[in-house]
Amino acid sequence: MTIKEKERKIDELKLKINELKLIESNEKIDFTDQIEELNEKILEMEKRIVDEMTPWDRVLVSREQKRPTSLEYIDEIFDDFIEFHGDRYFGDDKAIVGGIASLDGIKVTVVGEQKGTDTKDNIYRNFGMPSPEGYRKALRLMKQAEKFGRPIVTFVDTPGAFCGVTAEERGQGEAIAKNLMEMAGLKVPVLTFIIGEGGSGGALAVAVSNKIYMLENSIYGVLSPEGFASILWKDGTRAQEAADVMKITANDLLALKVIDGIIEEPAGGAHKDFSMVAGNIKEVMLRELKELQLLSQEELLNHRYERFRAFGKFE
Amino acid sequence: MPIGDLFKKNLKYIELHSQNGVDREERVEKEVPYIPDNLFVKCPSCGEKLYTEEVAANLNSCKYCEHHFRIGNVDRLKMIADEGSFVEIDKNMTSVNTLDYPGYLEKIAGYQKSSGITEAIVTGTCTINSIKVVIGVMDSNFMMGSMGSVVGEKVTRAIEKAMVEKLPLIIFTASGGARMQEGIISLMQMAKTSSAIKRFSDAGGLYITVITDPTTGGVTASFAMLGDIIIGEKGALIGFAGKRVIEQTIKQKLPDEFQTVEFLKEKGFIDTIVARKDMKALLSRILILHQEVQNDN
Repeated sequence: MTIKEKERKIDELKLKINELKLIESNEKIDFTDQIEELNEKILEMEKRIVDEMTPWDRVLVSREQKRPTSLEYIDEIFDDFIEFHGDRYFGDDKAIVGGIASLDGIKVTVVGEQKGTDTKDNIYRNFGMPSPEGYRKALRLMKQAEKFGRPIVTFVDTPGAFCGVTAEERGQGEAIAKNLMEMAGLKVPVLTFIIGEGGSGGALAVAVSNKIYMLENSIYGVLSPEGFASILWKDGTRAQEAADVMKITANDLLALKVIDGIIEEPAGGAHKDFSMVAGNIKEVMLRELKELQLLSQEELLNHRYERFRAFGKFE
Repeated sequence: MPIGDLFKKNLKYIELHSQNGVDREERVEKEVPYIPDNLFVKCPSCGEKLYTEEVAANLNSCKYCEHHFRIGNVDRLKMIADEGSFVEIDKNMTSVNTLDYPGYLEKIAGYQKSSGITEAIVTGTCTINSIKVVIGVMDSNFMMGSMGSVVGEKVTRAIEKAMVEKLPLIIFTASGGARMQEGIISLMQMAKTSSAIKRFSDAGGLYITVITDPTTGGVTASFAMLGDIIIGEKGALIGFAGKRVIEQTIKQKLPDEFQTVEFLKEKGFIDTIVARKDMKALLSRILILHQEVQNDN
């Protein structure tokens, strides 16, 4: 049974419970035992969905159209978010949003990679694939945060940096490289949440951070599974197989110390209970920011440097 | 051997490199050596027939159109470093199979055998017209110059060495991008090298990158584009995304000059372009013009 099928089955069971409850109140028959039984069955199935999820299942959940996007989390988690636009050089990339906000009184700068919520919005957002001016906007806002001593929170959700003629002409490689280099030197805490797809350099360009958290069904990889399969096996259709070997799930990445923690999602994905997930993110955010703010500038910089300096095994 | 056979063998080569036949992307992927062990080679740029020996003697360039054939680390160092001045560091560093990717170590071993180096970059110190520098030379003969843990570590150590010893740093880039077999750890090398460059830059260090054919993907999007001075070797390919990927996205054929150093110079991302024969002289002039600045540190 695929996840979708299991979910349908759960929905059926829930309908059945409602029917029973209706009959109960109308006909005065006691179904307590039966309802109890069905509820247990639902719980068990939900647990199985979580336990039996393959990496590819998580890829599909991470790309789910209904999956909450950066702006939705920003609106839910922060107070008084003011969005700022543009890189001051070329234009305003809709695939990256950013601005200032308050998190229970802590003033922060927020940057997020932004996918669309429907097809029309996705075209407007370029499917969450940022162009060079998007990364330059992100860097501008992060440097602004540094000037005013505000911590930075970033949300990662992109299939990857935009691959097009315009992106090449405007220096996609340079824009990403500059962000990696400059983020390493930011004198304020930087905290990242990977909420959906973490696609390669396009994701890393806003994720050179002190702490990185991932939602349970997010992915983060050197390339999309399709791209990986296409490069290594010359066959993009073997993406599912690629997902198995790439180590792109939150659990794999926690073991590799690429991330610092995993944020729980309800069975089936974040869209099933948005406020719960937003609450979980906020809790982690408050805790981590309070800890990071205790560090001196030098400690912050060293912490971030050592974090990335440590990657790599060799003989 | 009849004279006709000589040319027959070359035909295969010509097909792969002919001016109109095959795009650069294919060259990147097929990992074909540039100079075959044959007597003649056809210049992929101007189509002239050249004596292989003559090409080798001419810095692996075409004597008619100055087309640059790809070269490995040995030839590169020979034409840049003062004779006998190169001292290699981290010579034997080699990859481990972080992600347990099937067949990865065997593949590495194969490239070590065919290329004579342990990884896709050679680093060390040398002098260039008597000025001491830290130098890194990527070599596309080794797994298309892809960046995994070892390349990232050697680049980072080279940067750190330049910083500690207050030396200028020069890196010749040539890479197909991040090494897929090391997955996310390859991606992390982009952040690792870029962070080290930030520290080196803040300390006042001079960092020169020389973009050679081909430089793409994760290397373009990290240390290749972070030089204080970015030099393009004439005709070299540089880009972020693969040409084929872009063509698939826009459903159009891209012009030949797209993603060359000449193209990116026009767009404002490369400081200057130089022919191979003038590379050492240019580097030397830049180093001399920075000498006082360097000594002040």
